[in-house]
Amino acid sequence: MSFSRNLGKLLSWQVNNEFSRYTYSYSSNFTHEAYGGRHTVTLLPGDGVGPELIGHVKEVIRFSGAPIDFETINLDADHGDEDYLSHAMLAIKRNGVALKAPIETKQGSKSKNVELRTKLDLFANIIHIKSIPGIATRHHDIDIHIIRENTEGEYSNLEHESVPGVVENLKIITAEKSTRIAKFAFDYAVKHNRRKVTAIHKANIMKLGDGLFLECCTNMSKLYPAIEFEGMIVDNCSMQMVSKPQQFDVMVMPNLYGNIIGNLGAGLIGGPGIVSGMNLGDQFAIFETGTRNSGRSIQGKNIANPAAMLLASSQMLDHLGLKDHGKLIRESVKKVISEEKIHTPDLGGQATTLQVVQAIVKDIKEKTQQCLCLYILGYRSN
Amino acid sequence: MAARVLLNSVQRLIVGKAFVTRNFSSETRTVTLIPGDGIGPEISESVKTIFAAAQAPIAWEPVDVTPVKGPDGLFAIPQKAIDSVHKNKIGLKGPLATPIGKGHRSLNLALRKEFNLYANVRPCKSIEGYKTPYDDVDIVTIRENTEGEYSGIEHVIVQGVVQSIKLITKEASIRVAEFAFDYAKSNQRSTVTAVHKANIMRMSDGLFLRCCRHVAEKNTDIKFNEIYLDTVCLNMVQDPTQFDVLVMPNLYGDILSDLCAGLIGGLGVTPSGNIGADGAAIFESVHGTAPDIAGEDKANPTALLLSAIMMLRHMGFGDYACRIEKACFDTIREGNVLTGDLGGKSTCSEFTNEICRKVEAT
Repeated sequence: MSFSRNLGKLLSWQVNNEFSRYTYSYSSNFTHEAYGGRHTVTLLPGDGVGPELIGHVKEVIRFSGAPIDFETINLDADHGDEDYLSHAMLAIKRNGVALKAPIETKQGSKSKNVELRTKLDLFANIIHIKSIPGIATRHHDIDIHIIRENTEGEYSNLEHESVPGVVENLKIITAEKSTRIAKFAFDYAVKHNRRKVTAIHKANIMKLGDGLFLECCTNMSKLYPAIEFEGMIVDNCSMQMVSKPQQFDVMVMPNLYGNIIGNLGAGLIGGPGIVSGMNLGDQFAIFETGTRNSGRSIQGKNIANPAAMLLASSQMLDHLGLKDHGKLIRESVKKVISEEKIHTPDLGGQATTLQVVQAIVKDIKEKTQQCLCLYILGYRSN
Repeated sequence: MAARVLLNSVQRLIVGKAFVTRNFSSETRTVTLIPGDGIGPEISESVKTIFAAAQAPIAWEPVDVTPVKGPDGLFAIPQKAIDSVHKNKIGLKGPLATPIGKGHRSLNLALRKEFNLYANVRPCKSIEGYKTPYDDVDIVTIRENTEGEYSGIEHVIVQGVVQSIKLITKEASIRVAEFAFDYAKSNQRSTVTAVHKANIMRMSDGLFLRCCRHVAEKNTDIKFNEIYLDTVCLNMVQDPTQFDVLVMPNLYGDILSDLCAGLIGGLGVTPSGNIGADGAAIFESVHGTAPDIAGEDKANPTALLLSAIMMLRHMGFGDYACRIEKACFDTIREGNVLTGDLGGKSTCSEFTNEICRKVEAT
């Protein structure tokens, strides 16, 4: 058993070392060319508090010294027709990577967020739910990775009214995509030294649909004997999440359950303001907040928590191979939240968004000046 | 006679339209009792003992719902059980084990279809004396019970591609929305919240939402709002006190009702009622049969007892319900005689006797 785990570690170490520019992708086909040493990233400010938060992220990345240029695309509720969407997709395909805030969906129109994800085939959504010191919560020591199938299931957008007053919505589950996400989940577990994968389903009721998903996960688990595997029904899972969330490690599930359990998890550790998420595909990646709330009610009030978007940007920097800069931003955010405890109202504090960002920037400046001094004195910083 | 008419109208004002029954007197009502499997018979006995101690006007008619083979070779609920519930209209059900094997339909599903139980009601209220990380929870989840994602309509389109159909109809949505508002009125609740995902499932949840809005317009004395399912989950685990009555389609209701049960301590202390057309209703405990402790006098009858109390309120016996409920909550709060799952060391009989003692004292 330990041989398989060590083999897995060895393989992922090989991948990491040989393709060190391409880290954080499960596929070795992932490439991000840095032209002139600088990466270009697509920014989608979206709606609600998105524009203000993206603005702060740009500033923080600038202070961190990361060699990033931005291409801002205005795709939002008011500019959302086909042309805008294709323009946005072209930009993301060109740059390979995007940082995005949620785009609100007007009544009656399709969700741009869903369209971006399905058309770019960003099949895995990953949220890391980890208890953060310094935030008062009812549960402690939570460390869960939620992996959600991002392109099919209930979000297939296939609905019709068979007769007036009777609507059918089709939930599609395919063996191909279920196997793909299951493999991703197990590879992820191996890469991050996790010990257990739990598949969330409702196969006792949706015998064919969720039954197929569970079967694909079970079959995949046989290829990873070192990783413990179990299935759990989604309603029992929600009950367990609020009573004993520490039992979960890596969780894999279809689209809608991922939405539910992801939001549950985010609520357990302090709310939507501190959880980041990433959407990964074979070729492209979009980074965003974990719970995808647009925050319309707090728009323009300078009280939104910038941590989630900043953590997403640090994950993006890791993804581009700029691990030092990613770590710098992440540690500054964590220092401000956990040690200095400068909290916005969603965490029970009184600080404004600007105050939190300024504290993070101050910490980054101190650290980069230290690095500069050490460099001048002839030492390499780590 | 005149006094009875006066009593009727006063009670109607207090209890509300939805829960006034035909026999508005103290004559005994017969209720079908389905003890169930595992710990079912023990906890049903507890409930019967407590009701006898309270002198509640309930006569029990126990039936067995173990499937029998019909003339067509398929297993089905015995006709005697079906006739009993049709006659009495009200049932109390313990936990049922789903037999494994071909030919057995889910019993719960069969009961639901037989009596057209369209709304599942689960009131989740924090129990004093049973500490959980969440305090002051007082939420009622009302879940549409007949359609939605659990329609059971699935097809294999080609090998490796499955479609599951989620069915939403105007009729069922309006029916459950009307029930939700009636329940809110009868139980002095102030807000009804519709839970949906109409940003993604535009037509289906959109229809559900429109039906809820339509019913809300006719019930302007109750506040109505709408909230996305993911936002509910996010906010529920941070501050459950902000929610009152929630109404939603089948799958969301399944998840949220179990989530709320988890907030107050699990399925062992959560009551549940299924309301059907024509005044039929089956109240049940939703926990498992616990075969490992069956017959050992260790079971906790709280869930079934609270469901039975819901049943009394539904039938219009509010004062009996209050007395028994108070005795039950007082026993748990005092903490002297608790069963193992509540953190004590007493047996089921001791717990039951303590509640009986308190009920007789009032």
